[in-house]
Amino acid sequence: MELQAVLMAAGGGSRMTDLTYNTPKAMLPVGNKPLMWYPLNLLERMGFEEVIVITTKEVQKMMSTDPKMKLDVKMKLDVVCIQEDGDMGTADALRHIQQKIKTDILVVSCDLITDVALHEVVDLFRAHNATLAMLMSKAHEFTETVPGQKGKKKTAEQRDFVGVDQSGKRLLFMANEADLEDGLSIRKSIMRKHPRMHIKTGLVDAHLYCLKKAVVDFLADNKSISSIRGELVPYLVRKQFSKTTNCPKIKDDAEDQNQKKNDGSTNHGHSSCLSFSLDRSCWNDHRGDMSEAYHGGKLRCYVHIMDEGPCYRVNTLAAYIEANRLAPKLFEEVPVHPSAVISERCQMGSDSYIGAMCQIADKTSIKRSTIGNSTTVKEKVKVANSIIMHGVTIEEGCNIQGSVICSNAVIGRGADLKYCLVGNGQQIEPEGKDHWHEHTP
Amino acid sequence: MADAGEPEGPERKDDIVKAKQEGKELTKEEKQRLRKEKKQQKKSKEKKDDKPSRDSEKEKKPASAASPAPQTPTQPPAQKAPSAAPAPVPVPASETPSAADKPAKSKAELKAERRARQEAERASKGKKGDVGPQAAPGKPKAPPSELQPVVKRLPEHVQVDNPEVLKKLAKKLERQQTPEYNAATKIPLRSDYGYKVSLFSHLHQYSRKAPLTQQLGIPSTVIHPAIVRLGLQYSQGIVAGSNARSVALLHAFKQVIRDYTTPPNEELSRDLVNRLKPYISFLNQCRPLSASMGNAIKYIKKEISNIPSQCKEEEAKRKLLNCIDCYINEKIVLAAKAIAKYSIEKISDGDVILVYGCSSLVNHILCEAFEKNRKFRVIVVDSRPRLEGREALRRLVQKGINCTYVLISAVSYILPEVSKVFLGAHALLANGYVMSRVGTSQIALVAKAFNVPVLVCCETYKFCERVQTDSFVSNELDDPDDLIVTRTGTTQLEHWQEVPSLGLLNLVYDVTPPDFVDLVITDLGMIPCTSVPVVLRVKNVDQ
Repeated sequence: MELQAVLMAAGGGSRMTDLTYNTPKAMLPVGNKPLMWYPLNLLERMGFEEVIVITTKEVQKMMSTDPKMKLDVKMKLDVVCIQEDGDMGTADALRHIQQKIKTDILVVSCDLITDVALHEVVDLFRAHNATLAMLMSKAHEFTETVPGQKGKKKTAEQRDFVGVDQSGKRLLFMANEADLEDGLSIRKSIMRKHPRMHIKTGLVDAHLYCLKKAVVDFLADNKSISSIRGELVPYLVRKQFSKTTNCPKIKDDAEDQNQKKNDGSTNHGHSSCLSFSLDRSCWNDHRGDMSEAYHGGKLRCYVHIMDEGPCYRVNTLAAYIEANRLAPKLFEEVPVHPSAVISERCQMGSDSYIGAMCQIADKTSIKRSTIGNSTTVKEKVKVANSIIMHGVTIEEGCNIQGSVICSNAVIGRGADLKYCLVGNGQQIEPEGKDHWHEHTP
Repeated sequence: MADAGEPEGPERKDDIVKAKQEGKELTKEEKQRLRKEKKQQKKSKEKKDDKPSRDSEKEKKPASAASPAPQTPTQPPAQKAPSAAPAPVPVPASETPSAADKPAKSKAELKAERRARQEAERASKGKKGDVGPQAAPGKPKAPPSELQPVVKRLPEHVQVDNPEVLKKLAKKLERQQTPEYNAATKIPLRSDYGYKVSLFSHLHQYSRKAPLTQQLGIPSTVIHPAIVRLGLQYSQGIVAGSNARSVALLHAFKQVIRDYTTPPNEELSRDLVNRLKPYISFLNQCRPLSASMGNAIKYIKKEISNIPSQCKEEEAKRKLLNCIDCYINEKIVLAAKAIAKYSIEKISDGDVILVYGCSSLVNHILCEAFEKNRKFRVIVVDSRPRLEGREALRRLVQKGINCTYVLISAVSYILPEVSKVFLGAHALLANGYVMSRVGTSQIALVAKAFNVPVLVCCETYKFCERVQTDSFVSNELDDPDDLIVTRTGTTQLEHWQEVPSLGLLNLVYDVTPPDFVDLVITDLGMIPCTSVPVVLRVKNVDQ
């Protein structure tokens, strides 16, 4: 087997607590499908047959009852539950499942919605015998107004600095603004080996990583690393250029282990054969200096940067709204679920998506919105640019614009909501006028 | 059958038999002689035309079916073939006058019946006959009179413009999936890219941006991951060069053998060979196989088939891995040492040596010679688009050798300084031609004009039974987009596909005639170019 897929679905959604305090992030509905359906669908389309899902017990319960997950996902899901206390980082989770991992792994986060051709990332991993291959994308501007936020709040986003070489594939430098105190400092050894480096900001990390098995074994020994993105990736990127005394540690561990086990794993001896053939090959990845291909380094990190095509990480409210707008179009979702009951005098725009078992009454107008399963919409309701989750009841005469209404909420008769965020199970009193940019948790 | 020409018949038959054994094609005189003989025979027994003509028809059919399979003619049908082949010519001639007769009508009917029966037999006989009639339209002269009993079969990789052959290839890839996987997972067919120059439209042209892995599932289960990795490295050019590719191939096969388990009720010797077939097709699609790789694969398949059936799996695997290691050691590593030893005798102090491109063997020789304290300097000639000479330059300069670097357009200017030319080879063909990187024949030609000795260094495992006299018939077309270059911000050829009369050609190999090559240095010694068939014959006898 070449690659094992691992889906990290235990994240808490710390940047959108309003949505996630009741529903775990992995099961938030996006386009009437749970959020984790999207990465699972990506893996399934690529040809994976088994996925190890790391998640919490709550999500596992919800997964087993959700019809979309049961019917659409044909892969075998090996669910591993971990504690919900949130102390476990992604790297800790990998350490937890170390026994299950037999080959190189592909780690995906549950909040990734994309249609990237995965072979671009995996080809870099295979062809260059890389230790790490990851996916990044040019960030898209979010154009929708975010409910619950008065005016455009400029969050002091911590920028990520990503340095790539001239070909745009080799990852040379990665740091977050938060870690840089005075300025960006680059080691001389890197500049000597790669005199032309492109430093990019404004890239979205898709949290999709191909890692060698040796890295997982290395994690098992180094218990101080707890997050893949925050600690492991910068560590590996730095280690590419460190002195050789430390560098082959990861490789040697792997080769020793494999010699003991005599597994016949693909890594054993491959690096030595590769160097034997590369010695005779007339190829070099750089030119201008006297060193051999890859500068003789054994640890290599690669990145594939997507120029076009959707790639969203649903970890903020703005991203969630954007995803709801665009994800159904990506997957050619049927606008109206067959089991929804919609009366004839309802005006439905073509951009709207109605979930299963909804009941939409007369004289309603639904434009550019997503309505979840089992929602009841009574007469004379106007819904525009909104996201309405499952089990919501909207009484007559309501006017909802640009809002997000979480599950099981009840909007009283005649309420007027503009850019509001209604939390789970809330009730808006009838005749509530002119709610504007409000935020009811 | 007392005939005037009869007594000479048996002698001529012997000649013909000898000719058949040697060349499988009769000379014109012999054919004419046979024709005359048969005409006389037929005229003498005109009345009894029925049986002999039908017999000759029957023989004609198996003859044309046997001829596309030149490897397996049995002597009697082959002998009858020349005698039967001229027969149809006089037979229709003799039959047409008697067409009005009653026996002629029944003759025609019977003939039609027999023909139908022969067609059915031939169809069931085998697939070898398939290529024969299909290759015929591809050949410039379809033999209408079927006087040539031998129809040469064109290899499939030079028939890319024939849609039937492409269909056959697609079907072959479908059939080749490993049996335990369902029909949905099969080896994909890589499609050609861009406009092909008409002279080379019979070859494949792939784009590097459309790798074969696009159509494969990600955790590749159909093809072993080591082979997928190897295919990617081939198509992206990370592993390039005849020796490097063969070594990488053998290492990947070692990995495959290590991970292989014999399924129940199967024998390792047969199942493993079948397992390797789809891998080889996959690699062929990533990048056409080189002659050295072909020889290595033949060797491995022979070794696998020779494993005795009572051998246990572990032992068999160990033996195979050992064989592969031996092969690499003998044919590549030790051969390089031997060639270096011979070559160093030819390098004297004060020499100016010209090399072309990056040949791992030539680089090795030069480094060894430098270590043995020979005083020489090197001129590295390079050519676009690969610019491999830069890598050769790097390796030589790293050792400390004095080097000059020029592009191939400057070869005639720099040759007056040169005392020897050392060239590497991709393969040595059976008629003494040297197949090497495109540009090599130019260098050899110019060197010949300046009377500079040209020495080709080549290991014996690259000797190939193919015969080629030009670079058109069989070559490799690389990605045409490699020719596009951006200088000072402008890319001239960026939209070359939109210009209807423009085609980009990126050839990889060319053949150098043996007249331009003075010496071939192999691990068996220093031989002239024309002795390659001798070496091949000796090798075959050994094996």
